[in-house]
Amino acid sequence: MPLTDSLRDDILAAVPSLRAFAISLSGNADRADDLVQETLLRALANIDSFQPGSNLPAWLFTILRNLFRSDYRKRRREVEDAEGNYAKTLKTQPSQNAHLEFEEFRTALDKLPQDQREALILVGASGFSYEDAASICGCAVGTIKSRVNRARSKLAALLYVDGAEDFGPDETVRAVIGGSGG
Amino acid sequence: MKDLKSQASRNTTPGKGGLTPEIQSRIGHQLRAMYDDVVRQGVPDRFAELIKKLDTPGATPQVEDGGGSDDSSNGRV
Repeated sequence: MPLTDSLRDDILAAVPSLRAFAISLSGNADRADDLVQETLLRALANIDSFQPGSNLPAWLFTILRNLFRSDYRKRRREVEDAEGNYAKTLKTQPSQNAHLEFEEFRTALDKLPQDQREALILVGASGFSYEDAASICGCAVGTIKSRVNRARSKLAALLYVDGAEDFGPDETVRAVIGGSGG
Repeated sequence: MKDLKSQASRNTTPGKGGLTPEIQSRIGHQLRAMYDDVVRQGVPDRFAELIKKLDTPGATPQVEDGGGSDDSSNGRV
């Protein structure tokens, strides 16, 4: 398909979510924007292979995801400044507590295996169907479903469940102390 | 504190997929909050310009400022 004005507009409209996907995957704002740029260049260079009427965002996400994967293999563990860098991209300055909670979430997300993280982001944040997510990741729909479930369980274990177990008695003690005081 | 205790036991009761609906929705919220924060930033100029530059069909994208472009050749007339 040739690069028409409307196609160009559609690509432009997909940029914000491409960036969000790239940042969620990489945890690094600068690297994410490089990924988006590379994705756009590839997409425009290969625009002829885009099927008119098919899902443009899914096509673009596929390119970005594959770029990230090949890039990731090359520079695994090279970039570790995820949080600090990411925080700079935040427009709204979260309150201290919200910020802490956010950092914890970000850290937990980074601990997920790559396959699970991308599946969770595509389905849980980008809003793709399981079918689209499967085609983006080049795997079966059932595989995506199980990756999303495992991702959720692991996040819960990292963030809430383990915490709740330690938290329980402690909180009870605090409640008792607090209760007798007031 | 009865309330806290019952709440705690409710939180650790596994639901679908070993997760309580409460925890599932918390994860969903945080994930989308992180994501949407970036989406709301819109399209940075750098990308808007990149896509605009590619007006001409078949034009090869120039990422860097091309030193040898037409505009910069006025020195060697």
